[in-house]
Amino acid sequence: MNRSSIDLWVGIFVALGLGAILFLSLRVGNLLTTTNQEGYRIEASFANIGGLKVRAPVKSAGVTVGRVDRIRLDPTTYEAVVTMTVSREYQFTRDTIASILTSGLLGEVYIGLDAGGDTQMLADGARITKTQSAVVIEKLISQFLFDKAQSGGGK
Amino acid sequence: MPASAIADGLRRIGGGTRRAVARLGFAARFAVAVVLHSPEGLRRLRLTLREIYFAGVLSLVIILVSGLFVGMVLALQGYDVLQRYGASESLGVMVALSLLRELGPVVAGLLFASRAGSAITAEIGLMKATEQLSAMEMMAVDPLARVVAPRFWGGVISMPLLAALFSTLGVYGAYLVGVKLIGLDAGAFWGNMQAGVDFREDVVNGIIKSFVFGVIVSLIAVFEGYDAKPTAEGVSTATTRTVVGSSLTILAADFVLTVFMFRGVGA
Repeated sequence: MNRSSIDLWVGIFVALGLGAILFLSLRVGNLLTTTNQEGYRIEASFANIGGLKVRAPVKSAGVTVGRVDRIRLDPTTYEAVVTMTVSREYQFTRDTIASILTSGLLGEVYIGLDAGGDTQMLADGARITKTQSAVVIEKLISQFLFDKAQSGGGK
Repeated sequence: MPASAIADGLRRIGGGTRRAVARLGFAARFAVAVVLHSPEGLRRLRLTLREIYFAGVLSLVIILVSGLFVGMVLALQGYDVLQRYGASESLGVMVALSLLRELGPVVAGLLFASRAGSAITAEIGLMKATEQLSAMEMMAVDPLARVVAPRFWGGVISMPLLAALFSTLGVYGAYLVGVKLIGLDAGAFWGNMQAGVDFREDVVNGIIKSFVFGVIVSLIAVFEGYDAKPTAEGVSTATTRTVVGSSLTILAADFVLTVFMFRGVGA
């Protein structure tokens, strides 16, 4: 092996390796979408967020328009306050309803935005007032059983 | 006489412990010496380039082929379980996370230890057995700077690149099986992967892991070579010790690193 062909192979190897790191960062990871996330922030408070996690998608009509940034508990109202970033190209009306939804029975939890008919749009840092909490299946079942027991007892 | 038998046994344990501790101490001093001699060794960059060629470029075939097949098998087995729960769309994110966090660095590290680490140990051990290292010292050439440091840095530089290539080929193998063979939707495969993989949390931590493994394998390899008994048998023992020792150290270090890196991720 002479010098220049060793240099050539090492060059190819290093270029391949760096290319692989670039591929993992951009195509597999989401470096581009997270750093270039030009958007505005909106807040929404929910009585129960179910299994919502940070970085969960925010969707409207099934299209991902943003991501959840932060989830915290409001110490006075004991409600969960979710901060999300929505892409600037999508504007939502002030009476938009935010609801916590699940894709399928076992799928991921996301926030769904349904725009209303208001003429004013949500500004940066605005808070959505109309929200719908996560459906907790255990609560539904217990309510159903409770109703059953009550109606059964009335007969 | 049971008393003297017990004393003999204790003496043997004591001697073994003392030798083990002395060897560990020598290894630590050796590691410091290698780092201190590195600037001198790196000044002749061509030597290090040559070692990157031997440790990295020549390991490419085994790393790329293993990565491809690990990814393909992971996709086949993962699909089998995921589709039972109707979650086959998560195949991409499952494969990507397993490869980036664990399999890429660990399996590439194990392969690197057996492919490149053993070669480094055998080469240095044989140089010692044939008294080439002593000859260098006679000519006022420091073998640490001339022989050991380039091999060490060649391994340290090659390892993260090899692990990244392993993960990349693994993801591509999973894509081949998942999308081309099984027929999952390509958009869901890549989309879920991008949504589920975090750059800082997964990609960077994987690179840190592979770098640490590179240091471990290279250090053990050059140390075992340098410390080998200068006989044919000594070189063969040292080579075996390199492969076994660095594989076990990689697994232990991987556990410790995982505990520190990913403990809070799921919460």
